[in-house]
Amino acid sequence: MREFGYERAFDVPGAVALLGAAPEARFLGGGTNLIDLMKAGVERPALLIDVRELPLDGVEFTHDGGLRIGATVTNSDLAAHPEVRRHYPALAQAVLAGASGQLRNMATVGGNLLQRTRCGYFTDLSKPCNKRAPGSGCPALTGEHHNHAILGASEHCVATHPSDMAVALAAFDAVISYETADGPGELPIAEFYRPVGDTPHIETSLPPGALITGVTLPPAPVAAHSRYRKVRERASYAFAIGSIAAALDVQDGVVRDVRLAFGAVASRPWRARAAERVLIGGPASAEAYAAAADAELEAAEALPENGYKVTLTRNLVVAVLTELTEEAIR
Amino acid sequence: MTPPTTPTTPATTTGISAVTGAIGSAHTRVEGRDKVTGAARYAGEIPFAELAHGWLVLSTVARGRIRSVEDSPVLAMPGVLTVLHHGNAPRVDTDYVGMVGRPNPVLGIFQHDRVPFVGWPVALVVAETSEQAREAAEALVVRYDEEPHDVAFFAGRSDAYTPESNPMVQAETEKGDVEAQLDASAVVVDEEYTTPEEHHNPMEPHAATARWDGGRLDVIDSNQGSTWVATELAMLFSLDPASVRVRSEHVGGGFGSKGLSPHQVAAVMATTILHRPVRVVLTRRQMFSLVGFRSPTAQRMRLGADADGRLRAFDHQALSLTSTVHEFVESSAVLGRVMYDADAHRTFHRLVRLDVPTPAWMRAPGEAPGSFALESALDELAEKCGMDPIALRARNEPETGPVSGLPFSSRNVLACFEEGARRFGWAERDPRPGLRREGRWLLGTGTAAATYPSGAGPSTAAVTAEQDGSFTVRINAADIGTGARTAMVLVAADALKVGPDRIRVRLADSDLGPAMFAGGSMGTRSWAWAVTIAADELREKLALGGGIPPEGITARSNTTEAIGALAKKERHSFGAQFAEVAVDVTTGEVRVRRLLGIYAAGTIVNPLTARSQLIGGMTWGLSMALHEEAIRDQESGSHVGADLAGYHFAAHADVPLIEADWVDDPVPDDPIAIKGIGEIGVVGVAAAIANAVWHATGVRHRDLPIRPDRVLRAADEARRRATEGAPSA
Amino acid sequence: MAPAPSSTSSAITLNINGEKYTLPVDHRTTLLDALREHLDLTGTKKGCDQGQCGACTVLLDGRRAVSCLQLAVAAEGRAITTIEGVADGERLHPVQQAFLDLDGYQCGYCTPGQICSALAVIEEHAAGWPSAVTDDVRPEAGVPALTAEEIRERMSGNLCRCGAYVSIVQAVARVAEAAEADAGASAEAEVKEAAA
Repeated sequence: MREFGYERAFDVPGAVALLGAAPEARFLGGGTNLIDLMKAGVERPALLIDVRELPLDGVEFTHDGGLRIGATVTNSDLAAHPEVRRHYPALAQAVLAGASGQLRNMATVGGNLLQRTRCGYFTDLSKPCNKRAPGSGCPALTGEHHNHAILGASEHCVATHPSDMAVALAAFDAVISYETADGPGELPIAEFYRPVGDTPHIETSLPPGALITGVTLPPAPVAAHSRYRKVRERASYAFAIGSIAAALDVQDGVVRDVRLAFGAVASRPWRARAAERVLIGGPASAEAYAAAADAELEAAEALPENGYKVTLTRNLVVAVLTELTEEAIR
Repeated sequence: MTPPTTPTTPATTTGISAVTGAIGSAHTRVEGRDKVTGAARYAGEIPFAELAHGWLVLSTVARGRIRSVEDSPVLAMPGVLTVLHHGNAPRVDTDYVGMVGRPNPVLGIFQHDRVPFVGWPVALVVAETSEQAREAAEALVVRYDEEPHDVAFFAGRSDAYTPESNPMVQAETEKGDVEAQLDASAVVVDEEYTTPEEHHNPMEPHAATARWDGGRLDVIDSNQGSTWVATELAMLFSLDPASVRVRSEHVGGGFGSKGLSPHQVAAVMATTILHRPVRVVLTRRQMFSLVGFRSPTAQRMRLGADADGRLRAFDHQALSLTSTVHEFVESSAVLGRVMYDADAHRTFHRLVRLDVPTPAWMRAPGEAPGSFALESALDELAEKCGMDPIALRARNEPETGPVSGLPFSSRNVLACFEEGARRFGWAERDPRPGLRREGRWLLGTGTAAATYPSGAGPSTAAVTAEQDGSFTVRINAADIGTGARTAMVLVAADALKVGPDRIRVRLADSDLGPAMFAGGSMGTRSWAWAVTIAADELREKLALGGGIPPEGITARSNTTEAIGALAKKERHSFGAQFAEVAVDVTTGEVRVRRLLGIYAAGTIVNPLTARSQLIGGMTWGLSMALHEEAIRDQESGSHVGADLAGYHFAAHADVPLIEADWVDDPVPDDPIAIKGIGEIGVVGVAAAIANAVWHATGVRHRDLPIRPDRVLRAADEARRRATEGAPSA
Repeated sequence: MAPAPSSTSSAITLNINGEKYTLPVDHRTTLLDALREHLDLTGTKKGCDQGQCGACTVLLDGRRAVSCLQLAVAAEGRAITTIEGVADGERLHPVQQAFLDLDGYQCGYCTPGQICSALAVIEEHAAGWPSAVTDDVRPEAGVPALTAEEIRERMSGNLCRCGAYVSIVQAVARVAEAAEADAGASAEAEVKEAAA
């Protein structure tokens, strides 16, 4: 690990100014991903600006009944928050499905959004990787890729986004707020993560020098009836090989509102809008759920070893929507 | 199926012959307090003044030559003391035969410019602090002339060869005409099974601190045998064995990986040059190429039987890999030589040499992957014969060693099945697959047999009667988590006929004299033997009367002769494994709901720690069945995800209530009657789980681990076959 | 105030087990290395150094964290509890005693992390935190009982390679049950007191 300076920021303008003055600087939140990547040599900042003590650790209602979550709220506090659990249970479940109790105590909402992929080629400096070293190639295409992307990937990168939390945020149309030297800004989560294309190393649309200050969840009555399911190769403490955040409002056997997002299938949390379109106003049946999943997964492009993710994701859609339907009836 | 209740019957224990009865009663670990308070110090935790930190640099190419090690810029970095590499390192001698044969050439670090695999040590950077050493090691530029490599392991490689037999592994055995007996069989199973590359991953990374102290080399190390390490370091550095001392007080797990490794050699080289203590600790990633691993295996099982299940033909062919610099055989095919007889019986091993590190012993070497193939195939045979799997095993229970013809010292495997079946509720099992459902989960149960050799290695011990009425036991044993320290207290207490509170044990120090290492399930048996003989002799000395001088009265033992005098027999532990699993075929998730293991393992010294060790082994079996797999990238020849997030082993959430217990297993002709329990817990568990997955889903899984993607694919294929096959069937 | 950005080391004061330690640290030094290499507090273990095993678990301001991904310089001002600070003098903490009695370890290397994590699991549960296996996370559903399944999920960030999970879970359950019984008893006592 290269030597680096360390500064603790106590207010947002101060943090942004520090970064502006030192281009090789990075913000340090919980450090659970950044410090790990620094040890691996993937990240080599000259200065760390510790933002953990910024006054961004609150969760509060917005005037319209949504929730505003500060960027330094820890994953644990987010998942334990009564209003999150009451109004967006899938978000609490998604956070709880991630990492471990220790890591959730450290990790922040802002840092979680900016997690880098866990692709084994990305984290190993001895191997090529277009995301880490643009133009060096993507060995996963012909190498180990059984947990790589089936949607929205490109010939330049097939890595997946590792966050569980972000999948639930995508389902609930979260808006990410940030601050730059030029003032505040906002990005809906659908625009926050960029398509892979030929620039897999540029992962978000955040302007240079921006500090994430929070996430706003718009009010969504459907979210109160939601669930996150995660499948992984160990029962806990492992990244997803497939996951789904789903919310469902069924009345008289008809889907009134639905939200669906998939994890572990793309370079970003995958909002399944095509599936949602198929479902809205249609019957609340397993057949309809399967058809909706098929509509979304039609675009899937599998590599030799990750085609199972199509089946897995489809099955998760049917299983979780069916569970939510049965609960609604009860 | 009603879930059978599992009565918590107390452990049955044999061998309570001594007056005090310490052996056979539960004792918490004597070092327990130190372990739960953090006071127990492991190898990398002993402070030394002037300590310098070494960091290994490993090759990034799979085959070739080192063109240059550009050490000048690194030597100028803050805190850097030296950079050792093939151009400047002291010479070491690897031309010797040690306790386990010829040394792995990877111990001859920095002796030449050849690179035989990714992760071969090419340099050691030593600096004042570990941060400086790490940064300098990462900055060190090493240039290579790369050559094409081959790391592809698969069944049917045309360059596979039969290894030479050695004292540890007989490569082939054959009797009768397998092909003729297969032809004559009413029922035949002919299937291929694979197991992946697996890594020990003890929680404590390998660490050694070396220094010269008063003309002697003093090494604080984490290992499974200080005699082993000290004698080989003496040979490597051409030192008088008496001038080398190796200590290993607490060891954070070993599982076969903690013998000699490059880090000890590097630490000794560096301290010799720098004249100050040097510590070398491996990173988790480095452990993936430097401390051995379990070879992947491709095994073909051919079983031929009469309609009633009697075996006519038994054929177990096992392929594993080795490196280009050293030979190691994963002896997967040895089980059948002990477990089952047949009219024609053949077992053999083949090897393929690849540009990878040399594999090594990993908990239940041979038996662990071998039992997956053999005990899965037995289950398939039972299915084909329409027989209960336990009845099939009973039908083929041999009188004597199927290959050796020697009698068993004790066996009792059927007693294990009987007790296990009773406690597991096996009698109520409907053998038909795919019938039981609970919500999204399909449920199934399975069983398998287990066996592991019960050997002993020569050891010396000393037992001293102290003036204050206490006794000091000196034995160079290693407690790598087995409870050896506590077991030796109990063994000595019974041999001396005094209470355990009067016994003090000193171990893990090569100055205590030569002893067996903690390996091959031989540690406790070997050390207990030496301690018992010394204690018996001390008791005789004390019986003569007279006072005890200030230095105490000491009796010593050496078991070399006693072990040699033991009659040649088939000496093994045995067991029966039972598993219940739940499978969601829509997500591929497999959960183990219950595991029960019943063992016949001679005298159980300390039921508390023995149960822990057996359950630990079974946890390994579960982990092997569902999780463990190191993935090698063909293009680079190195691992992808060489860390504990990429290499999964079971976490808390994967492990249900596991029960282990034992049946009476007296060994009449054995003076010590203790068998090993460190490895048998692993054996057969993966097969029991795979058999249970078949029972739950109707699909056989012959490739480990049983990953979700494999379950999903298999379910898809089964469905497709069912729909395609239906019209014509 | 923090040092100038050009500086790559700082003099810091760490509050560990109620005692203050002042030491110079390279900013690269993790809390784990500061404890083990600089302060001779070696009870906290390094298993992977990547946040993937939990052996280095300590409590930061009462909450469990992996010290290998925590920079020492960033831990200044926080209350740090390590395994060395868990017992009450010579008296073992009930969790330590349960690990010892029930053989909740083998090699002992993951043990300090398991114990620190177990302390936090009991606290987190008492605070009403749900887990990934909690059926219904809505606050109206109440706190789930600390069943073996809940303990397993909550302890999953602490790997054990010897395979001591079964007895670790039993040890945690024993202490959690005792704590619940105590809480029940004191709640009863409070009610009685209030009634009197």
